[in-house]
Amino acid sequence: MRTDVNKINENTPHQDLTEGLMIFAGGTSKDFLTGEWRTKTPIVHEDLCRQCLICAQVCPDSCIPVKNSKRLNVDYNHCKGCGICAHSCPFEAIEMKEGR
Amino acid sequence: MARRDRMSGNEAVSYAICQINPDVMPAFPITPSTEIPQMVSNYIANGQMDTEFIPVESEHSSMSAAIGAEAAGCRSLTATSSAGLALMWEELLLAASNRMPLALALVNRTLSGPININCDHSDGMGARDTGWIQIYAENNQEAYDNFIQAYPIAEDARVHLPIMICQDGFITSHAVENIELLETEDVKNFVGEYEPEEFLLNPGKPIAVGPYSVVSYAMEAKKNQEDALEASKEVILEVAKKFEAMSGRSYGLFEEYRMEDAEYAMVIIGSAAGTAKEAVDLLREQGKKVGLLKIRVFRPFPEKEIANALSGCKAVAIMDRCESYNGNCGPLGMEIPAGLYRNKVFLESVNYIYGLSGRDFTVEDAKGVFLEIEDMVVNGTEVKQHRYIGLRK
Repeated sequence: MRTDVNKINENTPHQDLTEGLMIFAGGTSKDFLTGEWRTKTPIVHEDLCRQCLICAQVCPDSCIPVKNSKRLNVDYNHCKGCGICAHSCPFEAIEMKEGR
Repeated sequence: MARRDRMSGNEAVSYAICQINPDVMPAFPITPSTEIPQMVSNYIANGQMDTEFIPVESEHSSMSAAIGAEAAGCRSLTATSSAGLALMWEELLLAASNRMPLALALVNRTLSGPININCDHSDGMGARDTGWIQIYAENNQEAYDNFIQAYPIAEDARVHLPIMICQDGFITSHAVENIELLETEDVKNFVGEYEPEEFLLNPGKPIAVGPYSVVSYAMEAKKNQEDALEASKEVILEVAKKFEAMSGRSYGLFEEYRMEDAEYAMVIIGSAAGTAKEAVDLLREQGKKVGLLKIRVFRPFPEKEIANALSGCKAVAIMDRCESYNGNCGPLGMEIPAGLYRNKVFLESVNYIYGLSGRDFTVEDAKGVFLEIEDMVVNGTEVKQHRYIGLRK
């Protein structure tokens, strides 16, 4: 039953799709760009950021990557603009701007 | 070796569950199916089976948990009736569209309102288009036999759909009758171990079940689901053949009772078929050519086969134990004439509504129906469609 889901696309005939549209692979939600849903966008003021990393921990979509104990810029492909990072920042380093 | 015993329908299904020993059973009590989780709990407490029983807070949860367990890789089931099935509505569709071969023991009871605990088919018929396979029983023996055939049908690679094993509330579920039980070892061999190819708790082989589907995929998925339901027909017949080889009891998509040369037929589902058979026997003694077609498999609907079986008749009485509130007829009253027409079998038919919310359906009632459709054909007497039997006027 295992199907290479990378070979399935919008031209695949119905018989060749997986049963119940099951996905036989891990981590495929990355391919779904939920950033398109955003109506407000978090903007980081780097000068105010103290690298406490609270924002990275509270982000429900894991959109604030951390590398070598440093926060990198927001993953705008997946950030839905919920604003939790801006609310939780103790230093007002994240600002929510209208629009995408 | 088969064993003779006396059991109610609920006892029979519970015993089948005990013999199969599935992995997970979430359930919530509701009359008249409450005894099933209760008896299964007893079997577990007595160490006769080791199914994980989950006492959940509602039927919405019992079906959700059954789907979750099945997706995780377990053989799961639940039991319910009436409003319990209605509360599962959303999950019934998910079980089918996610292609989960789980089982549901449905003990048919009327849906409110007026609130009433007795038998009719409004619960099962309400769920007829949810994508489940539906098999109905006439008596406790059939309920038991159907349940033992449930997993081999649902889990077949050509099917992978959930299956509802239905019996009439109280009339079958609580009435004690003779029954022939199979040896547990035979049941276990027949049903086999559940070994899904893909499941959630499978280290190193991740899957996602029930993902969001965009416009370009959802219609294809629904077509595949429909194809699987159609394919289940031949699987149901294959499993019935194997079951016959083990038990000596034969099953088909429906039972034809004295239909060989019948001119006047009755189509019926469930326990009332026993009553109608008695009427057929009595009328046959008087030389009347009457017969009965008892539907066992309602989903997938054996349209062609039923049309073929009725093709030699002059008239058919289509019996519905539930209203459809469409202004015209009950569910069978809708599907049988449509099937006859599509297969170019043209004969008179009258749709009757009987036995709603536990109203008695007697041998005299059944005889009256046969005589009425005969009178319609022979004397041209007009018979109103969508007639209620036993209604006070």
